[in-house]
Amino acid sequence: MTAPLLEVRELRTHFLTRAGVARAVDGVSFSLAAGEILGLVGESGSGKSVTGFSLLGLVDPPGRIVGGSVRFRGQELVGLPERAMRALRGRHIAMVFQDPQATLNPVLSIGAQMALAVRAHERVSDRAARARAAAVLTRVGIPDAARRLDAYPHEFSGGMRQRVAIATALLHGPALIVADEPTTALDVSIQAQILAEMKALAAASGTALIWISHDLATVSALADRLLVMYAGRIVESGPVGAVLRAPLHPYTRGLLDSLPAMAAPGQRLRQIPGTAPSLLALPEGCAFAPRCPRASPACASPPPAATRPGRLALCHHPLEAAA
Amino acid sequence: MSVILEARSLTRRFDPRLSLGDRIAGLLGARIEKRPVRAVTDVSFAVRKGETLGLVGESGCGKSTLGRMVAGILPPSAGSVRLDGAPVMRGGRKTTTRIQTVFQDPFASLNPRRRIGETISEGPLAHGLIRRADAPAFVAEWLARVGLDPAVAGRFPHQFSGGQRQRVAIARALAMKPDILVCDEPVASLDVSIQAQILNLFLDLRDALGLTCLFISHDLGVVRHVSHRVAIMYLGRIVEIGPAARIYAVPRHPYTRALLDSVPRLRLDDAAVAFTPIAGELPSPLSPPEGCAFHPRCPRATELCRRERPALAAGEDGAAVACHHPHEGAAPRRAP
Repeated sequence: MTAPLLEVRELRTHFLTRAGVARAVDGVSFSLAAGEILGLVGESGSGKSVTGFSLLGLVDPPGRIVGGSVRFRGQELVGLPERAMRALRGRHIAMVFQDPQATLNPVLSIGAQMALAVRAHERVSDRAARARAAAVLTRVGIPDAARRLDAYPHEFSGGMRQRVAIATALLHGPALIVADEPTTALDVSIQAQILAEMKALAAASGTALIWISHDLATVSALADRLLVMYAGRIVESGPVGAVLRAPLHPYTRGLLDSLPAMAAPGQRLRQIPGTAPSLLALPEGCAFAPRCPRASPACASPPPAATRPGRLALCHHPLEAAA
Repeated sequence: MSVILEARSLTRRFDPRLSLGDRIAGLLGARIEKRPVRAVTDVSFAVRKGETLGLVGESGCGKSTLGRMVAGILPPSAGSVRLDGAPVMRGGRKTTTRIQTVFQDPFASLNPRRRIGETISEGPLAHGLIRRADAPAFVAEWLARVGLDPAVAGRFPHQFSGGQRQRVAIARALAMKPDILVCDEPVASLDVSIQAQILNLFLDLRDALGLTCLFISHDLGVVRHVSHRVAIMYLGRIVEIGPAARIYAVPRHPYTRALLDSVPRLRLDDAAVAFTPIAGELPSPLSPPEGCAFHPRCPRATELCRRERPALAAGEDGAAVACHHPHEGAAPRRAP
């Protein structure tokens, strides 16, 4: 077994707000092999996006990484000087954000901003940079790419803009791409196109992918392994098929049962009662216990790791894996 | 059951507002091109009492514009919406309180400066459905019915979560004792676990009150779950309409079929997933293609499709499809 590409240990990112300390990411550990696709799912406020931002050192005050370690190819990224981080970011680790409208510069042509991204890391001529940009745009399925380099972001549709963002992430052939809800704002037909392209690109280039989403179905179609986050922690992890077939954690089970696809049309859905806890006042024990059908007095203490081959769940009373 | 709600040849155009420069140039005799956006074109359907019609389509297909016309918020450019045979709008004004709406974004649709108790009782008071003295009890009853503590009537919208706000929006709409509820993406901005709570609430109240609903969503799974019949829209027109079970099992329009294929399904096995995306993108409603609007993206398109727009033709199974070359037989689909 070779060393993992990315190794995250006990990562803690907290937001020091006037109302108190919001523990957005509170002890997250996982590792990722080269070329692997990891799906990170959770609901609003579960800490999935902050986890992604933390990996790239993109957490702004009042947020701060207060503990833990992120090792990328053996190099520690937590506490790395900004200069060194910038040399890494975009070149070896790239990020794709949810809203390409907000991440593309509206006053620069697509070609100009992609050339900037090329030349941020490599000393090449403007012509060579534009040629590189045209090549990756073609790879993400933009027809007639060389001519469209002179177009501005507003001349592209939402799906096309997200393709530009993905192409920009691919410019330097990074070893890892972190994608935060990249298809959430898109229509299903465009989402299907982008998922198909991402899957093919990751396979062809050997790029590892962390795909952050609230949508279990999308993640299940793309990822090899699944991480489920709740209230700042990864409560369950394992191979996608195994986790979704027979979840160990009651929260994962509850999420699955909430989907309309899991009930007959018109029948009541099996809902999870209540709402997610405030990150300002997380309980000492299991944060899901107040909503959990299996909760017992034991859940007031921190949940132990229940392990099965290749799988893990933080739970006092894990469900039995049938398969 | 009898038809309660009817849309007859509904059309809505939006004319672009000309800039001052263009207007002056026009006065001076220049030819200013003024292309209207055809958001909804010639849409007709009927909804029976107690039925939920689901309306699906992608961004820009006109589903929200259609919903707003049905709700009596937006006057049609042509055609009419009729409730028990009477038009719901006359002279640009809504004529009935029997149709109410729940919008997507409860952040935007609730008045942030008004206590939610006032928000719920305002309509019924204004229309004389309740007396002022009865308002507190009325509000308490509705809050309880949507699963909120009656003690929260004095709070403001910002003190609630998204799911709770959507409960308030549902209470406000139902407090008017409507016969028809138009829901425009009511669960789109909610997390999965909260979405399930709101869908359950919707189903419970719909059945308890015998409501007739138009349920608009881009989420095919949600629409399947709540709808008896489903209409699929593409570029301002209904391309297929019929019983939900039939449409999902045997989609006949190539667009319906492609749309259903695009939805990622939960993968419970370890086999790789094959994607079959629709080629191309939605054309602009400023200049929809000639003939069938879907033909540039359709794998079955022929010369006929480029030339002639297919009419929405009813079949024997209570469904109708607008296609020259509809599919026959069930879609070769993976299990959901």
